[in-house]
Amino acid sequence: MTTMTTTTTVTRGNTARIRAVGLAELKLFARNRTAMFSAFAIPLILAGAISTSGMADSDDLATSVAVVTSLLGYVLLAAVYYNLVTTYVARREELVLKRLRAGELSDATIITGIAAPMVAVAVAQMIVFVVAGAILVGLPAPVNVPLMVFGAVGGVIVFVLLAAVSAVFTRTAESAQVTTLPVLLACLIGSMIYPMMDDAPGVVVALLRALPLTPVVDLLRLGWLGTTGESAPVGFAGTFADALLPAGILIAWIVAGLWAVRRTFLWEPRR
Amino acid sequence: MTTTTSAAVEVRSLRRRYGSFEAVRGVSFDVRRGELFALLGTNGAGKTTTMDMVAGFGRPDAGNVRVLGRDPYSERRVLRPRLGIMLQEGGLPPDLTVSESAAMWAGTLTDPRPVVEALDLVDLRHREHVRVRQLSGGERRRLDLALAVMGRPAVLLLDEPTTGLDPENRRNAWQMVRALLADGVTVLMTTHYLNEAQELADRLAIMHRGEVVTAGSTAEVVAQHPARIIFGLPHGVDLPALPGLRDPYDGEHGPGRVTLRTDDLQDTLTELLGWARRHDIELAGLEARPASLEEAFLAVAESEEVPA
Repeated sequence: MTTMTTTTTVTRGNTARIRAVGLAELKLFARNRTAMFSAFAIPLILAGAISTSGMADSDDLATSVAVVTSLLGYVLLAAVYYNLVTTYVARREELVLKRLRAGELSDATIITGIAAPMVAVAVAQMIVFVVAGAILVGLPAPVNVPLMVFGAVGGVIVFVLLAAVSAVFTRTAESAQVTTLPVLLACLIGSMIYPMMDDAPGVVVALLRALPLTPVVDLLRLGWLGTTGESAPVGFAGTFADALLPAGILIAWIVAGLWAVRRTFLWEPRR
Repeated sequence: MTTTTSAAVEVRSLRRRYGSFEAVRGVSFDVRRGELFALLGTNGAGKTTTMDMVAGFGRPDAGNVRVLGRDPYSERRVLRPRLGIMLQEGGLPPDLTVSESAAMWAGTLTDPRPVVEALDLVDLRHREHVRVRQLSGGERRRLDLALAVMGRPAVLLLDEPTTGLDPENRRNAWQMVRALLADGVTVLMTTHYLNEAQELADRLAIMHRGEVVTAGSTAEVVAQHPARIIFGLPHGVDLPALPGLRDPYDGEHGPGRVTLRTDDLQDTLTELLGWARRHDIELAGLEARPASLEEAFLAVAESEEVPA
């Protein structure tokens, strides 16, 4: 009897706790029209615009893949990054973060639990876009699926961490519209145009490659097509060698993000 | 458990500054197991900062805090399942309902009470489908209290638990706290209501500007302070010598009002009333106030107005 209670107590591990916080966040998300809009409507509108513009209908499959992977990058920015900055700030200013910290949850569990619903939404959208791309546009089968998954998962982690760091510089949920601009603009412009910049100076290309979204999009394209655009496609094994640099950049962002969150994350409003 | 320290909470020479402002300046006190200890003080006295350090939200700049023999900051993980914390402001998302909030909180705890049981404790069952946004201040406070005791804590930290409650709900909250004390729970509480401390506290400390200025059992603290007799005296009439006075009456008083401070209220008052009857003098607006925490508190607050 005693053993049983002990076991059930111990098994209320972090997963159950993350689920409890995540479920509450999911309800709040469903009751927040603005967040629902930027998470669902904007990517759909964007996808609709692309599919009717004929951009994705080109015979050049590489262009189609580039369009779809850019869309995946957009999901990371809108559903994960932007929505989470406003969520972390709102929860901090409502003193929810402090309240959660007054319980048994660890700091990492709180940050993860709040992010969970957005992450689930983002992953679901990415799957929908990839499947829709394959069926509607007739994209080729991916060359290296594990690499795509790695890129997507790494991207989710990086943008959750970036959102937590950006929240530090954001006083109110409304001011997130301004404070998220640097990351949003840099990623939207930089990471998306970089594959098309064959003749840009080396420094510029290097800088663009170092942006947090670029390695994600690189890994997705590499995993899907076997190339990021400038060279001939390589096979399953060959993609791993090409993936080293973007994977390294991605991991560097994750390490830097973890360090910054631990050092700077604000758990209650500034006094 | 081998933690056999006598005190449930030990605070030693605690210091904490925010920027250039030193909020807590060398505070020490003990909370014994199973007692209720009240921290009183003026606004900005450092009560909440002290509570934050005891709860483990921050590390003190100097000094030491132990809760159940452990460091609440570095050993937060081990300690928290045995602590119940009620913050000064609730921090519940406004768009969750009462039962959703309680279910979320229960989901984060090791051994929670059932949600309905916790809501019944504070009489909020009938409001379970109402969003937190729509609750009155008093209802929110009761929900906070329910969540603080949900994890069956050994030590309960309450920061102004009854602010915003109407008198009836305040009594209910007191009853609930008494029941927890009877179960052996240790309570550290801050409050603005002196009668609340007098009703509930075994011992207390009065803080002022980051320091503890008075501490002891409630009876001891009260006994340090005199009772007061206040009345109006017709012009040109002088009081006789009266027994028990703190400071002898010197014949001077403000426009019509006399305040006597006495250590023996009954004796002083009997003499005063006998004298007034014999001379047929009306003591207008006569008040007799027993020694109380309020007197002790006012003495602390006033001592600062006139620096020695």
